[in-house]
Amino acid sequence: MLVPLAAVVWKSTQGEQSFWDAVTEPQAVSALKLTFFASVAVALVNAVMGTLIAWVLVRDRFRGQSFVNALIDLPFALPTIVAGLTLLALYGPNGPFGVDVAFSRAAIVLALLFVTLPFVIRTVQPVLLELDREMEEAAASLGAGAIQIFRRVVFPNLFPAVLSGVALAFARAIGEFGSVVLISGNLPFKTEVASVYIFGRIESGDPAGAAAVSVVLLAVSFATLLAIGGLRRRVTRHDRAA
Amino acid sequence: MLRRYGLRFTALGYLTLLLVLPVAMVFRRAFEDGVGAAWDAVTTPEAKHAFLITIVIALIAVPANTIFGIACAIAIVRHRFPGKGIVNAIVDLPLALSPVVVGLAFLLLFGTGGWFADLPFDVIFALPAMVLATIFVSLPFVVREVVPVLREIGTEQEQAASTLGASSWQTFRRVTLPAIRWAVAYGVVLTTARALGEFGAVSVVSGRIVGKTDTLTLHVEERFQSFDYVGAYAASVVLALLAIATLVAMSVFKPKEGR
Repeated sequence: MLVPLAAVVWKSTQGEQSFWDAVTEPQAVSALKLTFFASVAVALVNAVMGTLIAWVLVRDRFRGQSFVNALIDLPFALPTIVAGLTLLALYGPNGPFGVDVAFSRAAIVLALLFVTLPFVIRTVQPVLLELDREMEEAAASLGAGAIQIFRRVVFPNLFPAVLSGVALAFARAIGEFGSVVLISGNLPFKTEVASVYIFGRIESGDPAGAAAVSVVLLAVSFATLLAIGGLRRRVTRHDRAA
Repeated sequence: MLRRYGLRFTALGYLTLLLVLPVAMVFRRAFEDGVGAAWDAVTTPEAKHAFLITIVIALIAVPANTIFGIACAIAIVRHRFPGKGIVNAIVDLPLALSPVVVGLAFLLLFGTGGWFADLPFDVIFALPAMVLATIFVSLPFVVREVVPVLREIGTEQEQAASTLGASSWQTFRRVTLPAIRWAVAYGVVLTTARALGEFGAVSVVSGRIVGKTDTLTLHVEERFQSFDYVGAYAASVVLALLAIATLVAMSVFKPKEGR
């Protein structure tokens, strides 16, 4: 595993232009920026919607709940290219709702939301299941309102799980390719994300430029993984102390 | 009460718009011109070949990752060696890494001017590189499912088995393997789903030679780019059905509460 990645790092320094020039090329910068901001937006939406959905799945009771629960993993099981195609069928030209976001930045966010949906839900759900309801009841008996209970009692307990889910979703969104490639239209400077930019560089015979941007993505994913690892260690320490 | 329904409505509405409707739409588009047209589209020689390639890749990658995954999980949990923390982080790397970067890595290794470019057989733009890339991206799943279970069961039973004279292979086969079998099954399901659905990495290393190195996911894109929408959507339906089968298998094997 390490040898292929080492090859990427090595190649990134072998181009006709320097590593720095390849990364700071306007088109590369614009792709990296777009990827970064879209991923941050997606991570934030996931933090809210993921927690909400996990809450409904754990605390609410309704018919078909186990079906909905199984459905959550669909984005993991569905090939990303099919995910992109499905979204294009519904929210693209000639969609049934007349909503056409194809080839726009909104489409990128939509595709990323689809593929990163399960992360926050699946990290928050087990914590919510384990959470002692007595604390909430105690808070309620002391006169706290529902919002106060959530903010002061439930949320602090969920926070590490939400954060770790958000980090996973962010890491996934940064590198996403298959679901974005059809729906974004890949217009340079406008809707071209980093993965697509790398792909374009490879196709046009500039492996060094591709490798340079890859190294940036590699660094971001590795940093995110280390952050998640650190977060997990903190959470387990907290468990042991309790 | 009102709040509860509000939350439920928001959650289900979001899931419907993001998950259910788009997938339902693909089925509708695929069968727009009737079942016959869709069937014809997935039984063209190219589609059949793409299907075959996908299956062959999965048949190599999944067993390889299962064996490696179990061995790696045992190494991480049961043994101490220098650099263990790094190994642990590296195993997760394919989850966070862009598949395009993975593809590029293999392209640089085996492509023209690469470190291993002078092998006696074709690797890049051929099956070996596609298998390697698939193995790479679907590597973490078995490891990640087996590690927590191995931690949980502890070593007491294994020690008991060896004091009773069992060899380490016997201990593994009769004690450890039965204990982790559900976790392995769950990991295998996830690995298979990922192997069948891989697109980014394979599309870089395959060279996309139609009728030669086309997988099912590449076939979907190729049909779509050639404006053969029924072909693209029909092949997507095949992949979506595989995904739904995966979901069913996942809910069967999913680690249950308190086990």
